[in-house]
This record gives sequence, C-alpha cells and structure tokens, in this order.
Amino acid sequence: MDHLSAFYGTKRAVEDLSLRIPNAGVTAIIGPSGCGKSTFIRCLNRMHETAPKARVEGSVRLDGEDIYALEPTMVRRRIGMVFQRPNPFATMSIYDNVSAALRFNSRARRAELDAAVLRSLQQAALWDEVKDTLDAAATSLSGGQQQRLCIARAIAANPEVILMDEPCSALDPISTAKIEDLIFALKKEYTVVIVTHNMQQAARVSDFTAFMYLGKLVEFGPTQSIFEQPKEKLTESYITGRFG
Amino acid sequence: MNYLMSAFTGLTIVVILIPLGSILYTAIVNGGAAVISPGFFTESPGLPCSSSSGQTCHLGGVAPAISGTLVLISLAALIAVPIGVSAAIYVVEFGRNRPLGRFISSVADVLSGVPSIVAGAFVYALFYAYAPAIAFSALSGALALSVLMIPVVARTSEEALRTVPNAMREAAVALGIAKWKSTLRIVLVTALPGVVTGVLLSVARAAGEAAPLLLTAFGNPHGFQGLNLPVEAMPLQIFVFATSPFANWKELAWGMALVLILLVLGMSVVSRLVIQRLAARLQGG
Amino acid sequence: MANTFPTPTGRLRPPARWGDRIFHALVGAGGFALVLLAVALIAVLWSGSEPTSSRYGVSFLWRTQPWNAETDAYGAAPQIIGTLVTSAIALLLAVPLSVGAAIFLTQQAPRWLRGPVAQVIELLAAVPSIVFGFWALVVLVPIMRYQIEPTLKVGLGWTGLFSSTPIGLDYLTASVVLAVMVVPTITAISRDSIAAVPRDQREGALSLGATTWEASSRVIVPYARSGIFGGVVLGLGRALGETMAVTLTIGNNNYLPVSLLSQGQTLASLIANEFTEASGKSELSALIEAGLVLLVITFLVNVVARFILHRFEVSGGNRE
Repeated sequence: MDHLSAFYGTKRAVEDLSLRIPNAGVTAIIGPSGCGKSTFIRCLNRMHETAPKARVEGSVRLDGEDIYALEPTMVRRRIGMVFQRPNPFATMSIYDNVSAALRFNSRARRAELDAAVLRSLQQAALWDEVKDTLDAAATSLSGGQQQRLCIARAIAANPEVILMDEPCSALDPISTAKIEDLIFALKKEYTVVIVTHNMQQAARVSDFTAFMYLGKLVEFGPTQSIFEQPKEKLTESYITGRFG
Repeated sequence: MNYLMSAFTGLTIVVILIPLGSILYTAIVNGGAAVISPGFFTESPGLPCSSSSGQTCHLGGVAPAISGTLVLISLAALIAVPIGVSAAIYVVEFGRNRPLGRFISSVADVLSGVPSIVAGAFVYALFYAYAPAIAFSALSGALALSVLMIPVVARTSEEALRTVPNAMREAAVALGIAKWKSTLRIVLVTALPGVVTGVLLSVARAAGEAAPLLLTAFGNPHGFQGLNLPVEAMPLQIFVFATSPFANWKELAWGMALVLILLVLGMSVVSRLVIQRLAARLQGG
Repeated sequence: MANTFPTPTGRLRPPARWGDRIFHALVGAGGFALVLLAVALIAVLWSGSEPTSSRYGVSFLWRTQPWNAETDAYGAAPQIIGTLVTSAIALLLAVPLSVGAAIFLTQQAPRWLRGPVAQVIELLAAVPSIVFGFWALVVLVPIMRYQIEPTLKVGLGWTGLFSSTPIGLDYLTASVVLAVMVVPTITAISRDSIAAVPRDQREGALSLGATTWEASSRVIVPYARSGIFGGVVLGLGRALGETMAVTLTIGNNNYLPVSLLSQGQTLASLIANEFTEASGKSELSALIEAGLVLLVITFLVNVVARFILHRFEVSGGNRE
C-alpha cells in the first residue's frame, strides 16, 4: 500500500503508511496498544470503513489493483479476516459455519461444500476433533476450537490473503500454541498478515515484521533482522521491553 | 417501624394479587362449565333467556365470535408483521445511532401508547372519508387492530435484533456476504425467537381488544361473511353479552373471558420460555 | 497465488448491488410506513372532526352542557374531567401499592420468590380490558355499592366527596378498576429503577446503621425517583386511554360530576358508548374530535414519560 492514512472522524489513526507486504508468508504487525495496528489491518479488507465516521486516504493495492476501486464485498472475498474474539454464527452448525461463505456467495453444490469443509477444517487443524459432530452447534465448541473454526471458515472462502487481528489474545496458551502451529502451516499457501501484541509470537511465527508506533510505520523487514538488529532506536526500545 | 413497613410492602403484594386471583376465580367458576360444554366452540349462541323464566336454557356456543377473532387477528398480523419487522430492521441495521433511525424508533415508542379506541376512531374516520360502504367490516377491524400491533412488533423486533452481537455481523461482512443476505439469513434468523415472541404477544393483545372493533368490525351474528361485511369477535361479544340480562349469554361471556385469559397466559409462558432458550443458545459453549 | 481449491470465481456473481438496494428500499419503506401511520393518525382525526371543530373551535374543550345528539350540542368538558379525575384517583391508589410492591420485590423478598411474583404481577397487565370490565361489573360493583361506598359515605361524607347515592357505577369504581390495571406497569418500571440503584448506595446506608426500611425510603427510592416517576407517568398514559373497563363501570352520564359517586363519562367511554348510535355527520365528527383530544393528551403524557425515563437511564441508573 502507498501513503495510506486512515481516520476515525477527525482522528488520524494511521498516518501516511507505505508498505509492501510480501507474497506467501507471514507478516506480523507489532506495536504497543493504540498504535493503530488494528485500524491498519482493517483497512486492508475494507472493514475500517464500516465504522461510523471512518475515512481512508491513500490506496491499498492487491496484485496491482486498488481495492478501494472495487466492490467491497468482492474485496472481502479475496482478503479474509479472523477476529480477536471467535465469532461463529451462533445459530449454525459447525458444517454450516465453515461452508457459510460458499453457501452465500456462490452456487456450489453439496459435494463441493463437503470437500471444502473437509479441506478447511483439516488446514485449521480441527478436522479430527469435529469430524463426527459436524452438525453440532458451533457454540458447543471451546474457545480455542471456535477460533480455529473461524479460521477454517475464512479459509473456506478461498481468499488470497488472510488477515488476523490478534487471533490468540482471547485464548489460553495451549490453544494459542495450536493456532500458531497452524499459521505456520498456512503460510505455504496463503499470504498471512497478523497483528499481535505478543512479540514472542511475532518472532516465532512470522517471516517479516512491521513495527508501528502512534500510527506510523517505524520499521519493516525480515523478522530476524528486526528482532536481532533493529535499525531504529524506537524499535529497539520496544523489543527490549522498555515500553508498551 | 421497620417491621411495620416491611409488613406494608408485603401487604401491597397481597393486595395486588387479590384482583388477579378474583378474576381467575370468577372466570373459572362462571365460565368453566361453558368452555367445556360440547358445543362451545362449534355452535352459535343460544336464544336469550333468563333463568327466572323457568324454561331450560340452551347455552349454545360462540363459534361466530371465535372464527371472527381468528380472521381478524390473522389479517391484522399479515399487515402488521411485515411493516413492524421491516421498520425494526431499518432502525437496527441501517439507521443505528443515526438520527433517522432514532426518530423512527421514537415514533414506534409513542405509537405504542395510542389508546385502542382512538385507533378504532382513526380507521373509521379513514373509511368514512374514502370508502364508507365498508366502514363496518372485517377489513376495517383488522386495520384497526394492526394499528395497535405495528408499534409493538416494531419495538420487540428492534430489541431482538439488538441482542444479536455485532461480532456476528462483522464476521458476515468479512466473508464478503451481501448485506441483504447476511441480514435476512443470519441476523434475522438469530433474532427470530425474539421477533416471533413479540408477534405472538401482540396477537394475544389484539385478540382481546374490544374498543377498536366497536367502531369497525361492529359484530355480526353469523361470524365471518367476507372482508367487506361486519364480523363478530370475542371481545365484542363479551361486551354485548355481559351487559345483557340473560343468564345463558352471560355464561357464554364468561366462557369467552376464560378463553382469552388462558390465551394470554399461554402466550406469556411461551414467550418466557422462548426468551430463555434464545439466551442460552447465544451463549452456548 | 497458490491455492489448493479450484476457485469457484466463475460462479461467484459480483454481489448483486441491486439486491442490497432493493432490500434497503423495502425496509426503508417499512420505517416510512410507521412514520406515515403516526402522521395519518393525526391528519385523519383532524379532518374527521370537521364540522364540529370549526363550529366550536377550542371551546369544545370546555363546553360543559351534556352531550346531546338530539339538540346537536356537544362539549367535551365533562368527559375531559372524567378522564382526568379517574386517572388521578387511579394513580393515587396505584402508586403506593406499586412502589411498595417494587420495594418488596427488590429489597425484601427472598431471591427465589422475586422472579415468579414479578411475573405473576405482569400477568395482570396482560388481561384484556373487557375482561377487567366484566369482572368489575360482576364482582367489584356490588362490593362498592353495598359495602365500600356506604361506609365511605358515612365515614367521610363530611368532605362532600361522597354525596351522591351509591349505586356502584361511578367515578370511584372506575378509578379503582383503573388502579388495578395500571399497577403492573408502575410496578415493573419501579422495580427496574430500584434495581438499577448501585449497590454501594444501599450498603452505605446499611453500614451507617439504617434499617432496611430507612435505607429504602431515604436512600434507594429517592435515588430511583426519576425512574419511578417516569413509570408513574407511563401508567397515567395507560389509564387515560383505557376504554372497556371504564365504560362498564362509570355509569355513562354526560353531566358534570357532583361527587366521586356520581355517574360520569371519560373521553374513551364517550366514544364507546355513543358511537354505535351516532346519528349523522355532526355527532360523528364531534366524537372523532373527542378522539383527537384524547390522542393529544395521551401523546403528550407518553412523550413526557419517555423523556423522563430516558434521562433517568442516561444519568442515574446504570442498566447493568
């Protein structure tokens, strides 16, 4: 994206950010609370504009196309999102949740839905746990399972990019570990952008890292170099835990 | 002093419950026999007679009133539900926190306080001006009832829609699902128990309203004969029979009163159960 | 982009923009219909009240001669008085009962009792007006006529409020029925308001050595008073518009009242009683004007009630 600025009303939450996110691989966005990383990631799939009085300046490009020139719903089908707290559709079964995007957005037949559900749940490392109870209510799963369900649901929509906004912050350490493993597996096929306030998670999981502070991009580069030889003083302070 | 006042407040509960108990008791004692008599739901009312005349009184039944009530509330619901639910959807999904949405919501609030007789006068005046021939008809009666139902349906649907967590709407948006699909097939479905409860409650209320029907449906010994003709209804018939001097008619009136009370009681219980199940489902886990 | 799924983009239609547009229009129409209904209500009643409204103008509101279809003379003052007086007395009777019940339910009743009793009281709210009227006719009126009213006449006759001959159908009986009908509303809202008072208020009072009654009356209820007041005004709104129960108990008399035991009429019962025999456009338009007056009164009262309640929610009571 180039020169992206995002506003809430008159408040500028993200300032003049220019960044190129690499294909296939995990990019982590880190920074202290309130630095604008959630706002930033929500600009990437045009979720930010759903907030009241929200505004965006600048452009975001996917494969060369400016996503703000396209239909928002089309954009969101190509760029999926997983949220901080799992939000499965409460009235639907596990199967229906995962297949939701396909059922609503296309005229896929039952066999295709079955196949999609199978593959998504496998990729989300949830298949073994639910394969016999696909018709059970989605809300009967534990928190960690529900989040993996949401990941499966996002995958089933066939996106090119998967955005994750602090996906593990509401979960226990064991579920967090499972999800980190699955992100690791996902990066072979998808471009993943993950926002996290947990630096260790970023270090473990990502290939590239961007550090944001007060709405501005401070530094961006391969994860290893960010963590071991940060170029900016600010980055170094954050990483060594001097603030945030 | 403390005990005195505690006794007082406890007493208020008792005082409040006395009329309720009395109503139930009176209805059951005076109307119970009528309700379980074989012809109650199928026959027309028997000829008026008073117990002092010595002849055997034929009780008959209240079939015309029952069928009339059914027709009226069905028609009224047919009108009120689409309007009320659409308005609620508009307020919550398109107008939330915006002035227009809040305005419509306030209007619904205020409309729910319209006295039932005024609703009847309104519909009558409307027909009198534009279609006087059918001013006294099932159609006008149904319209009057729908005037009372629309605000209730709108408000309860609005509440139900608001209980759907925003996270679900966000999830649907993030998947690229069109708004109309996600609203109807996900949000509304989630809120459906609450919406249906609201509808049932407003129907139960409408079934018991006599005042608006005095001015519109008017009453008809033969029950429903067509949308353009007057029609009988239970609350109307209760009014006429209750003020008459005839014993069998009064007994029928109590029977109908009992039916109405049970209807309303049933709806309350059902709605409470539905609300509980809805809450449980949304929390799941 | 590497993907293991065959992308079904072929079958993905660009999201039907028209689907969203139509939907938006349809639900917007529903909202519009609602507002239209409110406007039409006033407009139709207004135009329907011609020619009476142009004949009398505002004096319709205070002409006191009895409603007379034969001489074609109409005035709504007796009925307005009837409406206001019966509602006022109803509130006088209902408010202490309701607030007392609300205090009981929130402060004193054992927890397992609170829910069921509250629900039973709300059941009272659901009983149809006509059933109330019927019951009043059969049960309440005789009691009033043979027991309560003679007693009042003897004991409080000196006040001049009970000078008429008691026949059971009068202002007082109608007020009593209204009171019973309005109690559930006031109780429910008072209960909510009192329950919304923060716990620390009560605990603070108790820790200073107050009894439960003192805590309730001096700390909690005053804190909740605007909410309770809003509930009372809402109850007033209900009472003003009540028709069937009042029609059956008030005695159908269009003269100005002399005492609480006089027969009388409210705006609502006037319309109910006179409508079916209304002769000709003149009387009809007068009745419709009465309806308009009633609508305006209840409308104002309801707006005030909701305003008060809204302010209470916003400032004092936290709903959780």
